[in-house]
Amino acid sequence: MPVFVVEVMPKPEILDPQGKAVAGALSRLGHSEFSAVRMGKRFEVTVEGPVTDATRAQLEEIAREILSNQVIEDVVSITEVTA
Amino acid sequence: MRIGVITFPGSLDDRDALRAIRIAGAEPVSLWHGEHDLQGVDALVLPGGFSYGDYLRAGAIASHAPIMSEVIDAANKGMPVLGICNGFQMLAEARLVPGAHTRNDVQHFVRRDQHLIVENNTTAWTTKFSAGEEINIPLKNADGRFIADADTIRRIEDNGQVTFRYFGVNPNGSADDIAGVSNERGNVVGLMPHPEHAVEPGFGPDTATHMRSGLDGLRFFTSVIERVLA
Repeated sequence: MPVFVVEVMPKPEILDPQGKAVAGALSRLGHSEFSAVRMGKRFEVTVEGPVTDATRAQLEEIAREILSNQVIEDVVSITEVTA
Repeated sequence: MRIGVITFPGSLDDRDALRAIRIAGAEPVSLWHGEHDLQGVDALVLPGGFSYGDYLRAGAIASHAPIMSEVIDAANKGMPVLGICNGFQMLAEARLVPGAHTRNDVQHFVRRDQHLIVENNTTAWTTKFSAGEEINIPLKNADGRFIADADTIRRIEDNGQVTFRYFGVNPNGSADDIAGVSNERGNVVGLMPHPEHAVEPGFGPDTATHMRSGLDGLRFFTSVIERVLA
Protein backbone atom coordinates (compact mmCIF):
# COMPACT_ATOMS: atom_id res chain seq x y z
CA MET A 1 0.00 0.00 0.00
CA PRO A 2 1.24 3.54 -0.69
CA VAL A 3 2.79 5.31 2.28
CA PHE A 4 3.43 9.04 2.56
CA VAL A 5 6.00 10.54 4.90
CA VAL A 6 5.07 13.94 6.32
CA GLU A 7 7.77 15.92 8.13
CA VAL A 8 6.90 18.78 10.48
CA MET A 9 9.42 21.10 12.12
CA PRO A 10 9.10 23.91 14.65
CA LYS A 11 9.37 27.26 12.86
CA PRO A 12 12.99 28.53 12.82
CA GLU A 13 12.23 31.46 15.14
CA ILE A 14 10.52 29.24 17.76
CA LEU A 15 12.63 28.10 20.71
CA ASP A 16 12.96 24.29 20.65
CA PRO A 17 13.76 23.25 24.24
CA GLN A 18 13.98 19.54 23.33
CA GLY A 19 16.56 20.16 20.60
CA LYS A 20 18.47 22.47 22.93
CA ALA A 21 18.61 19.75 25.62
CA VAL A 22 19.93 17.22 23.10
CA ALA A 23 22.55 19.70 21.85
CA GLY A 24 23.60 20.26 25.47
CA ALA A 25 24.01 16.50 25.97
CA LEU A 26 26.12 16.16 22.80
CA SER A 27 28.40 18.91 23.98
CA ARG A 28 28.80 17.26 27.40
CA LEU A 29 29.72 13.97 25.63
CA GLY A 30 32.53 15.70 23.77
CA HIS A 31 30.78 16.11 20.41
CA SER A 32 31.13 19.85 20.52
CA GLU A 33 31.49 20.19 16.72
CA PHE A 34 27.69 19.52 16.56
CA SER A 35 26.56 22.86 17.86
CA ALA A 36 22.77 22.84 17.39
CA VAL A 37 19.93 20.31 17.24
CA ARG A 38 16.31 20.96 16.30
CA MET A 39 13.68 18.25 16.73
CA GLY A 40 10.60 17.77 14.60
CA LYS A 41 8.07 15.06 13.81
CA ARG A 42 7.83 12.43 11.10
CA PHE A 43 4.44 10.92 10.27
CA GLU A 44 4.01 7.81 8.10
CA VAL A 45 0.53 7.83 6.60
CA THR A 46 -0.78 4.75 4.79
CA VAL A 47 -3.33 5.21 2.01
CA GLU A 48 -6.10 2.71 1.29
CA GLY A 49 -6.63 2.30 -2.46
CA PRO A 50 -5.15 4.22 -5.39
CA VAL A 51 -3.40 7.56 -4.94
CA THR A 52 -4.89 10.38 -7.01
CA ASP A 53 -4.32 14.13 -7.15
CA ALA A 54 -7.31 14.43 -4.83
CA THR A 55 -5.59 12.14 -2.30
CA ARG A 56 -2.47 14.30 -2.44
CA ALA A 57 -4.48 17.49 -2.00
CA GLN A 58 -6.37 15.93 0.92
CA LEU A 59 -3.10 14.90 2.61
CA GLU A 60 -1.66 18.39 2.11
CA GLU A 61 -4.69 19.81 3.90
CA ILE A 62 -4.42 17.24 6.72
CA ALA A 63 -0.71 18.05 7.12
CA ARG A 64 -1.41 21.77 7.29
CA GLU A 65 -4.53 21.70 9.46
CA ILE A 66 -4.07 18.71 11.79
CA LEU A 67 -0.55 17.24 11.74
CA SER A 68 0.98 20.71 12.20
CA ASN A 69 -0.03 23.90 13.98
CA GLN A 70 0.88 26.70 11.58
CA VAL A 71 1.33 29.16 14.46
CA ILE A 72 4.41 27.26 15.64
CA GLU A 73 5.27 24.65 12.98
CA ASP A 74 5.94 24.24 9.26
CA VAL A 75 5.25 21.21 7.06
CA VAL A 76 8.70 20.82 5.46
CA SER A 77 8.02 17.84 3.20
CA ILE A 78 5.42 15.35 2.01
CA THR A 79 7.00 12.39 0.20
CA GLU A 80 5.46 9.23 -1.25
CA VAL A 81 7.50 6.15 -0.38
CA THR A 82 7.03 2.54 -1.50
CA ALA A 83 5.63 0.35 1.22
CA MET B 1 -27.71 29.26 35.90
CA ARG B 2 -26.02 26.09 34.62
CA ILE B 3 -22.32 25.82 33.72
CA GLY B 4 -21.04 22.77 31.84
CA VAL B 5 -17.63 21.14 32.26
CA ILE B 6 -16.53 18.86 29.42
CA THR B 7 -14.64 15.68 30.31
CA PHE B 8 -12.18 14.41 27.68
CA PRO B 9 -10.13 11.20 27.88
CA GLY B 10 -7.24 12.33 30.10
CA SER B 11 -8.98 15.31 31.74
CA LEU B 12 -7.81 15.69 35.36
CA ASP B 13 -9.42 18.81 36.78
CA ASP B 14 -13.00 18.36 35.58
CA ARG B 15 -14.20 17.37 39.08
CA ASP B 16 -12.50 20.38 40.68
CA ALA B 17 -14.08 22.67 38.07
CA LEU B 18 -17.55 21.20 38.76
CA ARG B 19 -16.99 21.72 42.49
CA ALA B 20 -15.80 25.32 41.97
CA ILE B 21 -18.95 26.10 39.97
CA ARG B 22 -21.15 24.75 42.78
CA ILE B 23 -19.23 26.69 45.46
CA ALA B 24 -19.64 29.86 43.35
CA GLY B 25 -23.42 29.35 43.36
CA ALA B 26 -24.28 27.87 39.95
CA GLU B 27 -25.42 24.39 38.95
CA PRO B 28 -22.54 22.33 37.53
CA VAL B 29 -23.33 20.08 34.54
CA SER B 30 -20.98 17.27 33.54
CA LEU B 31 -20.62 16.96 29.75
CA TRP B 32 -18.91 14.24 27.69
CA HIS B 33 -16.51 14.88 24.78
CA GLY B 34 -18.01 12.15 22.59
CA GLU B 35 -21.53 13.59 22.46
CA HIS B 36 -23.04 16.40 20.42
CA ASP B 37 -25.04 17.86 23.32
CA LEU B 38 -24.35 20.89 25.53
CA GLN B 39 -27.52 20.12 27.56
CA GLY B 40 -28.66 23.73 27.41
CA VAL B 41 -25.91 25.14 29.65
CA ASP B 42 -25.37 28.90 29.94
CA ALA B 43 -21.55 28.75 30.01
CA LEU B 44 -18.76 26.22 29.50
CA VAL B 45 -15.46 25.24 31.11
CA LEU B 46 -12.81 23.20 29.26
CA PRO B 47 -10.80 21.72 32.15
CA GLY B 48 -7.12 20.99 32.66
CA GLY B 49 -5.37 17.67 32.30
CA PHE B 50 -3.61 15.77 29.54
CA SER B 51 -6.35 14.96 27.03
CA TYR B 52 -5.30 12.15 24.69
CA GLY B 53 -1.96 12.02 26.52
CA ASP B 54 -0.95 15.33 24.87
CA TYR B 55 -0.30 13.22 21.74
CA LEU B 56 0.34 15.20 18.52
CA ARG B 57 0.31 18.55 20.42
CA ALA B 58 -1.26 19.48 23.77
CA GLY B 59 -4.99 19.97 23.19
CA ALA B 60 -4.76 19.21 19.46
CA ILE B 61 -6.78 15.98 19.30
CA ALA B 62 -9.34 17.21 21.85
CA SER B 63 -9.91 20.32 19.73
CA HIS B 64 -11.40 17.96 17.10
CA ALA B 65 -13.57 15.96 19.56
CA PRO B 66 -17.25 15.51 18.57
CA ILE B 67 -18.59 18.01 21.14
CA MET B 68 -16.17 20.71 19.93
CA SER B 69 -18.34 21.51 16.91
CA GLU B 70 -21.11 22.56 19.36
CA VAL B 71 -18.56 24.38 21.56
CA ILE B 72 -17.18 26.38 18.61
CA ASP B 73 -20.69 27.22 17.42
CA ALA B 74 -21.81 28.36 20.92
CA ALA B 75 -18.60 30.36 21.47
CA ASN B 76 -19.05 32.17 18.16
CA LYS B 77 -22.61 33.04 19.22
CA GLY B 78 -21.34 34.62 22.45
CA MET B 79 -21.59 31.86 25.09
CA PRO B 80 -18.98 32.37 27.85
CA VAL B 81 -16.25 29.71 27.56
CA LEU B 82 -13.28 29.35 29.93
CA GLY B 83 -10.35 27.13 28.96
CA ILE B 84 -8.02 26.27 31.83
CA CYS B 85 -4.50 24.92 31.13
CA ASN B 86 -5.17 21.97 28.76
CA GLY B 87 -8.50 23.68 28.02
CA PHE B 88 -6.56 26.83 27.01
CA GLN B 89 -4.46 24.68 24.70
CA MET B 90 -7.67 23.27 23.16
CA LEU B 91 -9.08 26.77 22.61
CA ALA B 92 -5.85 27.81 20.86
CA GLU B 93 -5.81 24.65 18.71
CA ALA B 94 -9.47 25.27 17.81
CA ARG B 95 -8.52 28.90 16.90
CA LEU B 96 -11.09 30.28 19.36
CA VAL B 97 -8.31 32.33 20.97
CA PRO B 98 -5.07 33.52 19.32
CA GLY B 99 -1.63 31.97 19.76
CA ALA B 100 -0.26 28.51 20.52
CA HIS B 101 1.64 26.66 23.23
CA THR B 102 5.00 24.90 23.28
CA ARG B 103 7.07 23.21 25.97
CA ASN B 104 8.08 25.40 28.93
CA ASP B 105 11.40 27.12 28.22
CA VAL B 106 12.77 25.55 31.43
CA GLN B 107 12.07 22.13 29.81
CA HIS B 108 10.31 20.60 32.80
CA PHE B 109 6.91 20.55 34.49
CA VAL B 110 6.33 23.55 36.75
CA ARG B 111 3.97 23.66 39.73
CA ARG B 112 3.78 26.82 41.85
CA ASP B 113 1.37 29.31 43.36
CA GLN B 114 1.50 31.98 40.69
CA HIS B 115 0.92 35.72 40.99
CA LEU B 116 -0.93 37.27 38.05
CA ILE B 117 -2.01 40.76 37.07
CA VAL B 118 -5.58 41.09 35.80
CA GLU B 119 -5.07 43.11 32.60
CA ASN B 120 -8.67 43.15 31.40
CA ASN B 121 -11.62 43.04 33.81
CA THR B 122 -14.31 43.39 31.15
CA THR B 123 -14.37 39.80 29.83
CA ALA B 124 -17.19 37.43 30.75
CA TRP B 125 -14.92 35.72 33.32
CA THR B 126 -13.15 38.72 34.94
CA THR B 127 -15.70 41.39 35.87
CA LYS B 128 -15.36 40.71 39.62
CA PHE B 129 -11.68 41.73 39.49
CA SER B 130 -10.23 45.23 39.30
CA ALA B 131 -8.05 46.14 36.33
CA GLY B 132 -4.43 45.88 37.42
CA GLU B 133 -5.31 43.73 40.46
CA GLU B 134 -2.72 41.19 41.60
CA ILE B 135 -4.12 37.71 42.24
CA ASN B 136 -2.57 34.38 43.24
CA ILE B 137 -3.73 30.98 41.92
CA PRO B 138 -1.98 27.62 41.37
CA LEU B 139 -0.12 26.91 38.13
CA LYS B 140 0.94 23.43 36.91
CA ASN B 141 1.98 22.75 33.35
CA ALA B 142 4.59 21.30 31.00
CA ASP B 143 3.50 22.90 27.71
CA GLY B 144 2.59 26.32 29.01
CA ARG B 145 4.72 28.62 26.92
CA PHE B 146 2.31 30.95 25.10
CA ILE B 147 3.60 32.23 21.78
CA ALA B 148 2.33 33.96 18.67
CA ASP B 149 3.95 35.91 15.86
CA ALA B 150 4.90 39.55 16.49
CA ASP B 151 1.90 40.95 14.57
CA THR B 152 -0.54 38.82 16.57
CA ILE B 153 1.07 39.83 19.88
CA ARG B 154 0.81 43.50 18.90
CA ARG B 155 -2.82 43.07 17.84
CA ILE B 156 -3.96 41.31 21.02
CA GLU B 157 -2.05 43.82 23.18
CA ASP B 158 -3.74 46.72 21.34
CA ASN B 159 -7.19 45.06 21.49
CA GLY B 160 -7.02 44.38 25.23
CA GLN B 161 -7.13 40.63 24.57
CA VAL B 162 -4.28 39.99 27.01
CA THR B 163 -6.44 39.10 30.00
CA PHE B 164 -3.79 37.98 32.52
CA ARG B 165 -0.05 38.49 32.80
CA TYR B 166 2.44 36.58 34.98
CA PHE B 167 3.74 38.76 37.81
CA GLY B 168 7.04 38.31 39.66
CA VAL B 169 8.08 35.19 37.76
CA ASN B 170 7.40 34.14 34.17
CA PRO B 171 7.25 30.37 34.85
CA ASN B 172 7.40 29.04 31.28
CA GLY B 173 8.85 31.66 28.93
CA SER B 174 5.51 32.91 27.62
CA ALA B 175 5.71 35.88 25.24
CA ASP B 176 5.14 39.26 26.95
CA ASP B 177 4.54 37.34 30.24
CA ILE B 178 1.08 36.45 28.87
CA ALA B 179 -0.80 34.01 31.14
CA GLY B 180 -4.28 34.33 29.62
CA VAL B 181 -5.97 35.75 26.52
CA SER B 182 -9.50 36.25 25.25
CA ASN B 183 -11.16 36.35 21.85
CA GLU B 184 -12.05 39.77 20.43
CA ARG B 185 -15.56 39.64 21.87
CA GLY B 186 -14.34 38.77 25.38
CA ASN B 187 -16.67 35.81 25.94
CA VAL B 188 -13.94 33.19 25.41
CA VAL B 189 -10.99 33.27 27.83
CA GLY B 190 -8.08 30.86 28.07
CA LEU B 191 -5.50 30.86 30.85
CA MET B 192 -2.69 28.57 31.93
CA PRO B 193 -3.04 28.68 35.79
CA HIS B 194 -5.93 27.02 37.62
CA PRO B 195 -8.64 29.18 39.26
CA GLU B 196 -10.63 26.06 40.22
CA HIS B 197 -7.92 25.16 42.75
CA ALA B 198 -8.36 28.40 44.70
CA VAL B 199 -12.04 28.49 45.65
CA GLU B 200 -12.28 26.90 49.10
CA PRO B 201 -10.64 27.75 52.47
CA GLY B 202 -8.03 25.12 53.34
CA PHE B 203 -7.16 24.22 49.77
CA GLY B 204 -5.98 27.40 48.00
CA PRO B 205 -2.59 29.15 47.95
CA ASP B 206 -1.16 30.63 51.17
CA THR B 207 -1.99 34.28 51.85
CA ALA B 208 -0.27 36.86 54.04
CA THR B 209 -2.62 36.03 56.92
CA HIS B 210 -3.44 32.31 56.74
CA MET B 211 -2.13 29.13 55.13
CA ARG B 212 -4.09 27.83 52.12
CA SER B 213 -6.71 30.52 52.42
CA GLY B 214 -6.41 32.02 48.92
CA LEU B 215 -9.76 32.22 47.14
CA ASP B 216 -8.88 34.37 44.11
CA GLY B 217 -10.10 31.67 41.73
CA LEU B 218 -13.69 31.95 42.92
CA ARG B 219 -14.28 35.29 41.20
CA PHE B 220 -13.81 33.77 37.72
CA PHE B 221 -16.98 31.81 38.34
CA THR B 222 -18.93 34.54 40.19
CA SER B 223 -18.04 36.90 37.30
CA VAL B 224 -19.62 34.66 34.70
CA ILE B 225 -22.69 34.03 36.88
CA GLU B 226 -23.20 37.79 37.14
CA ARG B 227 -22.65 38.18 33.37
CA VAL B 228 -25.17 35.51 32.43
CA LEU B 229 -27.82 36.65 34.91
CA ALA B 230 -27.40 40.33 33.95
